[in-house]
Amino acid sequence: MGGHYATLIIELTVLLLAIFLGIEVISKVPTLLHTPLMSGTNAIHGIVIVGAIFVAGASDQDTLTQVIGFIAVVLASANVVGGFVVTDRMLEMFKKKEPVKKANEAGAK
Amino acid sequence: MSENISNLLYLVSIVSFILALKFLSSPTRARRGNQIGAAGMLLAIGVTLAKSETGGGLSKSLDTGTYWLIAIAAIIGSAIGVIGARKVKMTAMPQMVALFNGVGGGAVALVALSEYHNIIRDHVSTTWDISLAIGISGLIGSVSFAGSIIAFAKLQELIHGRPITYPGQKIVNLVILGVGLGLACTVAAGVTHHWVLVVALLLALAFGVLFVLPIGGADMPVVISLLNAFTGIAAAASGFELGSNVLIVSGMLVGASGTLLTLMMGKAMNRSIGNVLFGAFGQVAAGAGDAAAAGGATGTVKSTSADDVAIMLAYARKVIIVPGYGLAVAQAQHNVRELADELEKRNVEVVYAIHPVAGRMPGHMNVLLAEANVPYTALKEMEEVNPEFPLAEVALVIGANDVTNPAARSNPASPIYGMPILDVDKAQAIVVMKRSMRPGFAGIDNELYLDPKCMMLFGDAKESVVKLVTAVKAL
Repeated sequence: MGGHYATLIIELTVLLLAIFLGIEVISKVPTLLHTPLMSGTNAIHGIVIVGAIFVAGASDQDTLTQVIGFIAVVLASANVVGGFVVTDRMLEMFKKKEPVKKANEAGAK
Repeated sequence: MSENISNLLYLVSIVSFILALKFLSSPTRARRGNQIGAAGMLLAIGVTLAKSETGGGLSKSLDTGTYWLIAIAAIIGSAIGVIGARKVKMTAMPQMVALFNGVGGGAVALVALSEYHNIIRDHVSTTWDISLAIGISGLIGSVSFAGSIIAFAKLQELIHGRPITYPGQKIVNLVILGVGLGLACTVAAGVTHHWVLVVALLLALAFGVLFVLPIGGADMPVVISLLNAFTGIAAAASGFELGSNVLIVSGMLVGASGTLLTLMMGKAMNRSIGNVLFGAFGQVAAGAGDAAAAGGATGTVKSTSADDVAIMLAYARKVIIVPGYGLAVAQAQHNVRELADELEKRNVEVVYAIHPVAGRMPGHMNVLLAEANVPYTALKEMEEVNPEFPLAEVALVIGANDVTNPAARSNPASPIYGMPILDVDKAQAIVVMKRSMRPGFAGIDNELYLDPKCMMLFGDAKESVVKLVTAVKAL
């Protein structure tokens, strides 16, 4: 049991550090990018796909966990893939901007 | 793959997620960051599939014979994700994010259910912390799932966007939440019966639905941001369940950042999160709106024509465009861009003033304008652009309302008093493009329209902008 609680304490430490890190990293994101931020973090919590794979692929599974795991993997992969693709689509539009603007300025002059 | 190597590789995934968020602080590097994050996610999935055994959690090992099943599930999910993400219109972005968030929450809840089932089936004795994690991740995941689906339905206008209320609503919600939490506590206390968690999850689903229903469509972005944080927290809790640091860190990064973002949104709207979630804002605003009208300024509203506005704009040196949600609804962002181009050809300086809550999500307006190829350098945030209003000959307000209302500065009786606004009233002339004199979502009149410097150009935002473009071209 001692070993178990040692693990728990390490996990809690990691959890608390992640909270501070999350706040720290986000507070530097400009409002300009808050929508991509929301969908980007949305994609990151799709990491639950790791848990879904544990369930779907567990060697000690039965029909019930197999069905649950299957659905969980479908949902989690939609979360991950959709989240990253949609964020990429948004950020792509932000990235294109510089050359467009320069072209316009050149045109104006 | 040995435990140590896989844990090290998970650490690489964690770092890639942190970098993804960090790179979001600059528009030029943000996309690269997102790609790094996606690569980290692929790595985490690969490592998981290659693992022979997992950490201190309940799942023991993976059966490679099931990989075809996982592959099919992943292909189905990815197809849904790609199609949804590629097809969605930029104006519909908030509901798409809600949907992806919801399915993530659902996955967390299913993982919790499955782990609980394993405990019961194998008669394993677990420690309280693992049972607690199962309870928390199951409950929060379910609330997030159901709440996100309702948020999606409201924004997609599948169900009415208006707050849906009935007497005793808060009590019903509290009872459902209380019973659900109680059952989750019994799970944490070591009770092992399938129905306990199943009923708890069903109650959590019901709570998710009931808690989002009374919230108006205009407040949905705050709700989505909050539910995004919820799913993150739920994912972190399932990390405890499975003894997985990568889940704990990634989930909590999202949980913490999502919570902060939610608070920031509340601040930009000058409302507490409690008020957004439980406030039934319409009622508060109706009462205070009367007070504002009673004590408000009197005057007449001046109407103008597209031709007159075109002349004003074409001979100005500096024009500030204030876009609001009305612009997005009318899909007029491309036409606005065209108008700005025409003006720039005449050496008029055009900048866009973006209020933090313009659009349906924080930063949503930036995305919509970026889609219309407006250079992000022309988009100015509130603090930056406010001192520029007195220098502008014309402030062109397109489909924005409450964020321009001077009552937020001057009228303590107004429900939006104290909300940071764009100082549109300080411009030398103001043109407001609006469908009608209908108030904005806060349900209050805008004194700006009574300002002698202010002229109204009534009509659909898109049609009006198109007329303006033609008129400017004809000059």
